[in-house]
Amino acid sequence: MPEEKGWKDMPRGGMILEPGNARKYETGSWRTLKPVMDPNKCIHCMFCWIYCPESAIIVKDKKMSGFDLEHCKGCGICAKECPKEAIEMLIEEK
Amino acid sequence: MPKIIAQTGDDAVAEAMRQINPDVVVAYPITPQTEIVQYFSEFVAQGKVKTEFNCVESEHSAMSACIGASAAGGRVMTATSSQGLAYMWEVVYIAASYRLPIVMPVVNRALSGPINIHCDHSDTMGARDSGWIQIFSENVQESYDNTIQAVRIAEHKGVLLPVMVTLDGFIISHAMERFEMLDDEIVQRFIGEYKSEHSLLNTGHPVTYGPLQLFDYYMEQKRQQHEVMKFVPGVVLEVAKDFEKVSKRKYGLFEEYKMDDADFGIVVLGSTAGTAKTVVDKLRDDGLRVGLLKVRLFRPFPAAEIANSLSHLKAVAVLDRSDTFGGLGGPLFEEVCASLFNYQFPEGLRIPVVNYIYGLGGRDINLDHIKKVYADLSEIVQTGKIKELVQYLGVRE
Ligand code: SF4
Ligand code: SF4
Repeated sequence: MPEEKGWKDMPRGGMILEPGNARKYETGSWRTLKPVMDPNKCIHCMFCWIYCPESAIIVKDKKMSGFDLEHCKGCGICAKECPKEAIEMLIEEK
Repeated sequence: MPKIIAQTGDDAVAEAMRQINPDVVVAYPITPQTEIVQYFSEFVAQGKVKTEFNCVESEHSAMSACIGASAAGGRVMTATSSQGLAYMWEVVYIAASYRLPIVMPVVNRALSGPINIHCDHSDTMGARDSGWIQIFSENVQESYDNTIQAVRIAEHKGVLLPVMVTLDGFIISHAMERFEMLDDEIVQRFIGEYKSEHSLLNTGHPVTYGPLQLFDYYMEQKRQQHEVMKFVPGVVLEVAKDFEKVSKRKYGLFEEYKMDDADFGIVVLGSTAGTAKTVVDKLRDDGLRVGLLKVRLFRPFPAAEIANSLSHLKAVAVLDRSDTFGGLGGPLFEEVCASLFNYQFPEGLRIPVVNYIYGLGGRDINLDHIKKVYADLSEIVQTGKIKELVQYLGVRE
């Protein structure tokens, strides 16, 4: 978490002046379950990529290739939507 | 050259809006504000303004659209009354918290229920803690002048807050009075150009207005809103000074009428100040040293300055055109009491302050009512006793 500003240093009206800074907010720390993909089942249909609310599906060369675990919050939507049941939600080991 | 004409308050405010020529006006009609928007829409139809004018389906939508347009960087206005203001409630607060310099004339009208269309101040008093600046007007001229000055106050770099300019429903909004209209070019030069620092349309530098602020930032945001209000009186005075140069009319945070040598006086808002000044003149002819303080800037409330202005009096009456039901008295009364209690008070001295609730739902207030208030004050000064702290004027028992 970035350091919290006092009211004097905060932009007027709580405005966010820096575009795209949601990336700095690591929603991955919320996770209790972690998605794990089985490459043998995956057909790279991109359903998980469309449904993931955190844009945490990593795509390389048009292929589903894992999860951005700094932002994946473990909601399990990808696992639920995958037509091939290629994603399993496992207990996060801290 | 200024034009001297006879117009209603709604007419005059619409003329001010024409001269301001805002980028965007979004409004919904409600009695007694309707004519403002109606006359303004004629200016739009005649091509006299370049305004993007939108008629929406409700006041909630009107204020929401104003917020969007103002965040996009436009100079934005709307107008409303009573239930209309109540209906835009949640977004009224949002306009202030986003620090958007929207200017909104509010034609004061009683809030329902029971349903009523006539004047009292319950509508804008309800919004007194919303974070908006509130400026009250005594007559048609002031409604016009305040609307123009409000633009400069709202858009001042150190302020950037929305402003309500109030005018009493029907008493000002629908009564025709002599009034001086400035030249269009003078108004344009006076308000200048508005350049928003953070426009939502600036794709080169995208910003977010109104992000979620929970226990981590909400309180800092509110603290900021509290602080910015402290700059407002100075800006109101600075703008008034500039306005005097172009109009020859003087404005302050409040107006003192024959207060210098007064023994006792009343504090009042809006059109009733005019009626009360007539009474002051009459009583002065009878040899009574009475005065009047008319509050112009109600939010932020110039507490120290008002306490200072009243501090030489032997008794004070505050006239409220709305009630608080369970509070100490009317909202203006509470402000004045708190101010006197806290500021500029010679040690050990207590000034008796009483409250009169009057004019609810458009009930007439006449010279005799105000004479009675001064007579009561005279008695308080003589006996040193307050018989009744809060009374109603013109109500049937
Ligand atoms: S939804 Fe399932 S099959 Fe489709 S890309 Fe994602 S993991 Fe692979
Ligand atoms: S668990 Fe939720 S957040 Fe994580 S990758 Fe799947 S859909 Fe995205």
